Amino acid sequence: MRFLLVEDNTDLAQSVSARLKLDGHAVDWAADLHSANGCLAGASYDLILLDIALPDGDGRDFLSKHRAMKRDTPVIVMTARNAVSDRVDVLDRGADDYVTKPFDFSELEARCRAVLRRRGGSARNVVSYGGLEFDALAARIEVAGEVRELRNRELRLLEILLSNPRAIYSKAQLCDRLFSYSEDPSENAIEVYVGRLRKKLEGCHARIETVRGVGYRITDQ
Amino acid sequence: MRVIAALTVLCVMTWGFTSARVYGFEKESEAVFEAADNQREILSILSNTDLDHIEPLINAYQRQHPGTTVLYTVASSLELFRAIHDEAADYDVVISSAMDLQMKLVNDGFAQQHRSAVVDNLPVWSKWGNSLFAFTQEPAVLLVSRKGLGELSIPENRNELIALLRDNPEKFKGRVGTYDIRTSGAGYLFATQDSRQSDAFWRLAEVIGSTSPRLYCCSSDMIEALKSGEIVFAYNVVGSYASAVLEKSDDGTIAPLTDYQIFMLRTAFIPRTSAKASLAGTFIDFLADAANRELIGEKVGLPPVDGHALQKHQHFRPISLGPGLLVFLDRIKRERFISEWADAILQP
Amino acid sequence: MWWFSNNSLGRRLLLQLLLVAAVLSALLYLAVRSVANQAAIAAHDNILGASATAIAEQLSAGEDGVLVDIPYSAFSMLGSISEDRVFYRLYSDNQTITGYEQLPLPRAMHTATPFYYNAEFRDAAVRAVALTRAITVADAPVQVTVVVAQTRTGHDVITSKVTNTAAGLGVAFFIVAGFLSWLATRSTVKPLHVVAGAIGRRGAHDLRALKSPIPSELKPLVDALNGFIARLREALHRNETFLAEAAHHVRTPLATVRTQAEIALRQAETPASRKTLRSVIRAVDESSRSATQLLDHAMITYRADQFAGEQFDLSALLYEVIQGLSATADLKDIELITDIAEGLICAGDRVLIECALHNLIDNAIKYSADEGEVEIKLESTGEVIVFCVCDRGRGIQASAAGALTERFIRGANVADVVGSGLGLTIVEHVASVHNGSFTLTARRGGGACASLQL
Repeated sequence: MRFLLVEDNTDLAQSVSARLKLDGHAVDWAADLHSANGCLAGASYDLILLDIALPDGDGRDFLSKHRAMKRDTPVIVMTARNAVSDRVDVLDRGADDYVTKPFDFSELEARCRAVLRRRGGSARNVVSYGGLEFDALAARIEVAGEVRELRNRELRLLEILLSNPRAIYSKAQLCDRLFSYSEDPSENAIEVYVGRLRKKLEGCHARIETVRGVGYRITDQ
Repeated sequence: MRVIAALTVLCVMTWGFTSARVYGFEKESEAVFEAADNQREILSILSNTDLDHIEPLINAYQRQHPGTTVLYTVASSLELFRAIHDEAADYDVVISSAMDLQMKLVNDGFAQQHRSAVVDNLPVWSKWGNSLFAFTQEPAVLLVSRKGLGELSIPENRNELIALLRDNPEKFKGRVGTYDIRTSGAGYLFATQDSRQSDAFWRLAEVIGSTSPRLYCCSSDMIEALKSGEIVFAYNVVGSYASAVLEKSDDGTIAPLTDYQIFMLRTAFIPRTSAKASLAGTFIDFLADAANRELIGEKVGLPPVDGHALQKHQHFRPISLGPGLLVFLDRIKRERFISEWADAILQP
Repeated sequence: MWWFSNNSLGRRLLLQLLLVAAVLSALLYLAVRSVANQAAIAAHDNILGASATAIAEQLSAGEDGVLVDIPYSAFSMLGSISEDRVFYRLYSDNQTITGYEQLPLPRAMHTATPFYYNAEFRDAAVRAVALTRAITVADAPVQVTVVVAQTRTGHDVITSKVTNTAAGLGVAFFIVAGFLSWLATRSTVKPLHVVAGAIGRRGAHDLRALKSPIPSELKPLVDALNGFIARLREALHRNETFLAEAAHHVRTPLATVRTQAEIALRQAETPASRKTLRSVIRAVDESSRSATQLLDHAMITYRADQFAGEQFDLSALLYEVIQGLSATADLKDIELITDIAEGLICAGDRVLIECALHNLIDNAIKYSADEGEVEIKLESTGEVIVFCVCDRGRGIQASAAGALTERFIRGANVADVVGSGLGLTIVEHVASVHNGSFTLTARRGGGACASLQL
């Protein structure tokens, strides 16, 4: 996905960009509203991540103008304020969703997916691999014409594995990305999800391989 | 219990009769109307009204109050006045037709007040100071013997009577009767009220005086004299007595004088000395009750208080209750009046 | 005096006006009674005098002494005013000529003009008049005193009538004056109420200066009030800006730290460094959450003080809250099972209630096991709206159910989950502000049910 990140704090902007890029997303960064408008004029984005307090204006005004101009790129507001009234305010002005800083990237991703799903996402998000059609937005896979629904964790697990096929992910790595940091799940929990996903993948060439003592990877052989 | 009750009643009766004080005033008659039931109370009445008249009234009262024995004493109006005024006689109700004397007794404080729904409903002119209550209105009339009058016509007013007597001095000599106001309270009352009503009174007195009139103490004597043919005219007879008696005779008649007709009110009050004010009150209420007027009129033969009749006939003049009545009881006034009357009536 | 100890200006003014009215009423009563009484006595005396004069005019000299021909009207005129007993006495040369011999004579004799006095006769109070005329009897002048007296029952009746009328007048005057005093007091105090009302009716955030017209006496007060409002507005504004700034300045670096940590975690090689990074992230989450709930708590305390009820669609609000939290639930594969009655209208503070709902559902998700279920129920039973969230999480210990709503108290069995311990306190507070109640019960078969009655 291609994000436009509008955020004046350079440190945060850089780390968010880096973090999103880790998951394979493309990110353009605008440090103020002026450059944000420039970016929007020159390219099209799947999503805008918008901060509220910006050096040349209020993100909420930008939001109002954005909607007034009938631009339909979904917007997720990143707010430092958490007051309910602020949340209501940004939603009323046309934001698709909001996240409160600091945010969990898994959650951000889930929200992005939910927003795009609501917007009726596009087909280019479908990934084909080894006879497997994976639609992350719709949270389903198609194997030999048969549609199979994925639960959230299965979806994310598949997404991680497919983001770099044949690469090996340790249990710890997968744990970090599947479970919330506030929990302390045992690494064995991963085995449960791997098992489930394997079942869902039955009937296609793509399969999850256990690399003994190291981790898991997906292959199409 | 019964025996004790009977004994008690007996004692009360005995005490009631024996403890009666002996008074100096002159009683004409006395009667005891025994209670129909066990006697509970004794109501003693002092009155100048004849027993014959009052009996049906008392019987009717006792039908309503069967436990009451009525002790009825008859005395002349002057004796009655003396009994109450001078002797403080112990009676529960005092009834008299002598309005002036009744008024004086009440005015001088010998009556007690009586309030009830019945007396509150009485017309204002028929009561005074919540003490004195009228229950009859009786006219003073001119009685005429048709036989004695012969061909002459019955006079319709006092001027015609004066003319008649003046024109026929021989025919009526010694044949006119009237009260001797020196001895009759009613006569004095009628005469004094007459004198207030019209100047014709003194002329009439002169003319009657010229006929050498016969003087009577009371209405009944006058009526008897008329019936027996002794007199032709009886002036100022109490109408209620006359009409009752004359019903049986076709000779005497009441001349309907149209100039004015005096009405005397028979009144009752509760003497201050009465210890049985509430019992006496029931009797006063009985007399004053509008429901009993027919009884008074029919059975007793005394015309009951009737405001409508007085309003309808302009020449009906009821003597009004009030302190005015005291005027003619003034010693000097009375002496003067009687002496003037005597000058007119007693001509040599 | 006791009424001045009262703190109400209006009541003080009213009491003083009523006191004045009472004094005036009493004066009116006494004045009317005394004037009417004197008038009644004068009228009565006039008739008594006329009566005595009428008698005196009929005095004449006779052969044996004084003669009198009392006119009928002399007494009947007395009878015409009241049914009072009449007494009279003619007196000359130490003896009574006629009439009542014991009737008291006046102290002063021989007055040609009528002399009025009160006396007792035959156990009754009487009003009497005496006047003296000279008659010539046998060439010698004789002084004759005429006394006419009448009992006072009629006069007493008139007096009591007059007294009643005067009392009625006094009472009526007092009532009218009292009512007018009340009106006057009300209209005097009204500007105060107008000002108070203007302030009281204001919404929680209305900090404009007062502009309603006021009497000049109140101007200093209102000016001072307006000055105060301006300062308060300034302070609140500064406060709000400060909070927003503070949040921004704390949360943005936190967000950076957390993101960096996540990135670092991705690249971490050793379990030890992983562990460290995870605890960094958790610490960040914990401070963020604490900050959120502290701010929420402050906001709720503030709004509860400024409680402003409004009607809103609770069902729609709940849907919004659930939507906002569905992503969170999704992450743990938790299913939100909803049973929500449509179109329930609730009267209360929308923001407070949203906060409570958010906290309850968030809690349920937080304490639920992965792939669990959270049941959310909203129903109306007559007057009461019941909101219920049930989870199959670790539940609560029965002994701790009450204590959990205390500030900063957390269940003993949740140490591993990020939380500040303020969530349920906030919910409880919201419930009490809305005259509702909040109960937390252990669920059979594990888990807990939180129920909010409004």
